[in-house]
Amino acid sequence: MSEKVPIGEKVLMKGNEAIGEAAVQAGCMGYFGYPITPQNELTAYMSKRMVEEGRTFIQSESEIAAINMCFGAATVGQRCMTSSSSPGISLKQEGVSYMASAELPVFYVNVNRGGPGLGNISPAQSDYFQATRGGGHGDYRVIAFGPSNLQELYDYTMLGFDLADKYRNPAMILADGILGQMMEPVTLKPYSPIPDLPSKQPWRLGDPSTSEPLLVTSLILQVSGMEERNYRLFEKYEKIAENETRWDEYKTDDAEIVIVSYGTAARISRNVIDRAREEEGIKVGLFRPITIWPYPTQPLRALAERVKSFLVVEMSLGQMWEDVRLAVEGRAPVHLHGRTAGGIPEEDEVIEQLKQALEYKGDAYLRNF
Amino acid sequence: MTQKIRCAGFGGQGIVLMGRLIAHSGMEEGRHTTFFPQYGAAMRGGTANCSVIVSDGEIASPMVETPDAVLIMNGPSLDKFEPTVKSGGWIFYNTSLISREVERDDVNVVKVPANEIAEDAGTGKAANMVMLGAFAAKLGTVGVETLSKALDKQLHGKSDEIMNVNREALKRGADLVKEPAST
Repeated sequence: MSEKVPIGEKVLMKGNEAIGEAAVQAGCMGYFGYPITPQNELTAYMSKRMVEEGRTFIQSESEIAAINMCFGAATVGQRCMTSSSSPGISLKQEGVSYMASAELPVFYVNVNRGGPGLGNISPAQSDYFQATRGGGHGDYRVIAFGPSNLQELYDYTMLGFDLADKYRNPAMILADGILGQMMEPVTLKPYSPIPDLPSKQPWRLGDPSTSEPLLVTSLILQVSGMEERNYRLFEKYEKIAENETRWDEYKTDDAEIVIVSYGTAARISRNVIDRAREEEGIKVGLFRPITIWPYPTQPLRALAERVKSFLVVEMSLGQMWEDVRLAVEGRAPVHLHGRTAGGIPEEDEVIEQLKQALEYKGDAYLRNF
Repeated sequence: MTQKIRCAGFGGQGIVLMGRLIAHSGMEEGRHTTFFPQYGAAMRGGTANCSVIVSDGEIASPMVETPDAVLIMNGPSLDKFEPTVKSGGWIFYNTSLISREVERDDVNVVKVPANEIAEDAGTGKAANMVMLGAFAAKLGTVGVETLSKALDKQLHGKSDEIMNVNREALKRGADLVKEPAST
């Protein structure tokens, strides 16, 4: 891609590049990053495109520096982003927590790799808890998307910037090494902001010679003051959950058993569903959260009223499974197919577990490992 | 119809480019397509491979475990991927660098002296294009013409000389499998 980016056309690109171009189109004015596999193509892409657009690109001295550069850029009302992979995202969590507290918008991307620790560079979904529970210290949440194809990476990057601004809150994409590295066609839609974007004027720092000083801080020593802020944040999170929860369903209409899966795991699950229906005659459907926070709890609960059981297919060991159980609240058994540290669910194994799940008479759950 | 393809060889043979060209051509022909590179710790001269899927329907996973066709550019890659090919599938392999025969008897084999043909066309570096030409002409997964056009996009900015050699190599690869009595 270059200055001749064919907006409106379908192009073949990597997932990491699709995120980068969407950010450029959405008006990201500052990208601050530090290299790590498997998201390096995103940093590399931005190093070229941001310069072409006359915007700011900084390869920072560390991940912590990068997120604090975002803090600065957001304070003056500029759209900004950072990206990394698992260990690097951990380093950024302090800054994300500060920004959530100070109600500063930022968009960031975690191209998840195998962990814990330095782990490996293979695809994984093991940062689900980190993405959906805030991630850093303190009482807060971030808006988190779990896209499962490259068009969604592109689309939800744009929406992520908008929602971060609308709610003055960090928003992120949790991808994985497969989505970041793979190529498939992406339609480069022109950016069109959501209709109700509020002005940043009331809260952003302006030119010091003409505007009033503002205090942007996450430090409130009085208990009452901090508690009041956190109650207000909580109300904001409730509003986000009400307005921004997104999910997708596939062949759930007549389903007896439903696979719950997001991201790359959901792509594999779709194949499983088609094959299990055709080869085994199993009435199985897919429930796919698109926002992993806010989680689509209510529609999942509604499904639990009419299906026999659920099978959670994830590239982590029971992290999203907990959210499904919270949604289902004991209405149906929730089984687990978890792979980890670069392991990828195999279709035959999942089909085998589906068959076992349909026969299951116990009062607990089945797991594949 | 869905076709799953793996390209493999050593680093520097243009393995990733082969995969990207197939995926790009699939897109240009209005089909669904994915490309997935092998990635990880690697070294110069080590093995490289990538997976491509071209399909009439939506593609779920981009991973290829049992390919319908493999395009093999060196010996270690034949050792590694010969056992993975689907029964009844296709092995295209580079006889310029691989002296042994394919052992499986349940697959179709196409021998392509890719480096030699590429040398004749102008440079041995275009051996990957010879292989691609043979593959496309034999299986019709994507058109040879479409591949040739995709080259313009994927090798954007290269000199006319390089482009012409690559197009010629692609064509000679296609011609190889069209001839009734091939090597």
